[in-house]
Amino acid sequence: MADLGEAFATAFRLLATGDAELFEIVRLSLAVSGSALALAAGLGLPLGAALAIVRFPGRRAVVALSNALLGLPAVVVGLLVYLLLSRSGPLGALALLFTPQAMVIAQTVLITPLVVALTRQVIEELHAEYGDQLRALGAGPLRAVPTLLYEGRLALATVLLAGFGRAIAEVGSVLIVGGNIAHVTRLMTTAIALETSRGELALALGLGILLLGLSFAVSVAAEGVREVARRAGA
Amino acid sequence: MRAPERRSALPLVFDGVALDVGGAPRLRDVCCRLDAGPLSVMLGPNGAGKSLLLRLAAGLVAPSRGRVRWLGAAPARDAAAIVLQRPVLLRRSVRANLAYPLRLRGLSRSEVRQRSGRVLAAANLEALAERPARRLSVGEQQRVALAQAWVREPEVLLLDEPAAALDPGATSALEAAIGRLAREGVKVVMATHDLAQARRMADEILFLHGGRLLEQTPAAEFFRSPRSAEAKRFLEGGVLA
Repeated sequence: MADLGEAFATAFRLLATGDAELFEIVRLSLAVSGSALALAAGLGLPLGAALAIVRFPGRRAVVALSNALLGLPAVVVGLLVYLLLSRSGPLGALALLFTPQAMVIAQTVLITPLVVALTRQVIEELHAEYGDQLRALGAGPLRAVPTLLYEGRLALATVLLAGFGRAIAEVGSVLIVGGNIAHVTRLMTTAIALETSRGELALALGLGILLLGLSFAVSVAAEGVREVARRAGA
Repeated sequence: MRAPERRSALPLVFDGVALDVGGAPRLRDVCCRLDAGPLSVMLGPNGAGKSLLLRLAAGLVAPSRGRVRWLGAAPARDAAAIVLQRPVLLRRSVRANLAYPLRLRGLSRSEVRQRSGRVLAAANLEALAERPARRLSVGEQQRVALAQAWVREPEVLLLDEPAAALDPGATSALEAAIGRLAREGVKVVMATHDLAQARRMADEILFLHGGRLLEQTPAAEFFRSPRSAEAKRFLEGGVLA
């Protein structure tokens, strides 16, 4: 119990004094997960919306696949990306393994199915509401996609928040493709795992507190945006 | 609003049109012709097939049998605009709602601003222009939906029970706007089950019952001496089976 108390005290001291190593890890974690989110949003939002609106043969199978990929284990993603990026893999020439870019790729692969599946659900509901009206106004399926993404922006903010939450909290894939190299690919989650295994609970706790704080802050910010938009009648 | 020399896509002809929904016949062998000019009202009880006929005219659904044809010289594309019974406005300002269909057509920014500004003024919506459309009253939303169709400068305006959910004041404002459009040369085709509204607005009546078009008659004649027994019963306030 005393050890735990001491660890908390040290953790708060590290946070209060702006410990360089701690904040370097936080910055890298935000950069990697933020980049993965941007990529997943760029791919997943239009793809999910198109899946909701456009009818084509095999659509049901694609929907089932996208739902199945929601439960994709992070370590499996890590392994697949590792195989792709390893020297003998198809993308080995890019020499991305054990770089932050490799972690961005892994997290993008991990959260894109989540963004696709949740976006499809949101847009499908909106399409049921707006579909006739949009067609009456002259918007075909392809023009309806950006319109409905805009109309669903509040719900989709929550989808992206969920994606960011999954990315920043996962450890399996980034550990495999990043290697947890100090000052290069060490993220909050991989550092927490490492420091805990080394018995350095203070840094691990400090990172854990920051991770929780970040999740909370992002959640509050998203709710704030939704509230402001709701009040503005958007 | 429209240039007088504009070529017409009318007449619109329904040629033996039938529509099945979920295997059940909802429209049967509808034959009629809608010409430029008179304000046409599709009248009939709920479930008569009025809305489906309007949707067919707007191209929102395809007939199961028969053909819907625009026989005029102008292309049918963009000739008609429809206001649905429960229009769904976009989550943006009234002005942006009017701009949306124009942007879809690829009009320039200044043209969009000019046209939507003109219609906002004509539809007496200027005071509401920057308000979020979905925060407006039902009557105001219906007027915005009408303006959204109007701004496309259609030759034919299809209105599906436009006043179904409105109070008398809002109905009167909406009818005034529709009347103005008709006077400007827009062909208005309106579905309603409201006899009083049909009497106020119609130049000709298309009476539907059970998915069949029973008569297409000038309004004065229809209200004086309807040809079908069903129309007579409907005018007397009877319940149609």
